[in-house]
Amino acid sequence: MSDDWADLVSAGLLLLAAVLSLAAGIGLLRFPDALSRMHAATKPQILGMVAALAALVLSSGSWTTLLVVLPILALHLLTTPMAAHMLGRAGYRVGHLRDDLLVRDELEDDIQRAQRAGENPRGRRPGRGR
Amino acid sequence: MSGVRHGRRGEGIRTGHQLLLLGGLVLFWLLLWGSFTPMDVLAGIGVALLATRIFELPPVQLTGRLHPGWLLAYLVRFAGEVVAGSVQVAAYALDPRRQPGTAIVEVKLVTRSDLIITLVAVTLSLVPGSLVIEVDRARSTLFLHALGVSDAAAVDRVRQRSLDTERRLLRAIGSHSEYRKVSR
Repeated sequence: MSDDWADLVSAGLLLLAAVLSLAAGIGLLRFPDALSRMHAATKPQILGMVAALAALVLSSGSWTTLLVVLPILALHLLTTPMAAHMLGRAGYRVGHLRDDLLVRDELEDDIQRAQRAGENPRGRRPGRGR
Repeated sequence: MSGVRHGRRGEGIRTGHQLLLLGGLVLFWLLLWGSFTPMDVLAGIGVALLATRIFELPPVQLTGRLHPGWLLAYLVRFAGEVVAGSVQVAAYALDPRRQPGTAIVEVKLVTRSDLIITLVAVTLSLVPGSLVIEVDRARSTLFLHALGVSDAAAVDRVRQRSLDTERRLLRAIGSHSEYRKVSR
């Protein structure tokens, strides 16, 4: 009986994971510029990943699965922001974003301030590797 | 950076931190193999030592404070934000009528600790709807790309939410002086 419940819950979790992955795919197609697409590519999929892993643990019903799943989740949570940050940063510098959809760009303001103050005479963006 | 600490006490803390990180790597190794025999532990220690020697990184400066209750509050809040953000980004993706507005928001953090800046940036990047595109370490300033921002009020909301995240982290693991700064 309890197996039935575990199966039902893990099926629901798998469905949630699938829906979130679908949303991520659609967002990837629909969002207008590289930076917005990074949101779709990296974000809904985190919850989807957690849901899929939880479904796996539930349906296998053993503790050793949990011990394998935990490092997967930890690695995922640690590496995703790095990938998103590197791609997003590169995307901003190359100019893969639509200015007309941008409500405000405080990084651009900051760069201009720095250029006016002569801190960055060669127009280097702030925060670059020192 | 607070500079290199001298004296035996600072040395001891450094070694303690290194052992903690080494222990984490060994535990990770054991979890990956899924078995806990003495041979696995020995191999884990060997691999951990090798990895930290080959890929030598500057030592992480832990803040030396941990409040389990605030840590739990931080984790629960983080999980809630991930769920809420996932639903929101998915809704933007599936709504055929409009494109979500975006903004790049400057967030000036309170902390001066590299570890806390990193953790705030990772947390904000994992929460759907915000993405760290630039970090100014000297001024502890983050630049976020935020999705679903339509006006100036929303920009300020993103900024406030990020500062709240930092405050929760500082309460959980911030150093004593920075903890006092945010709990005032």
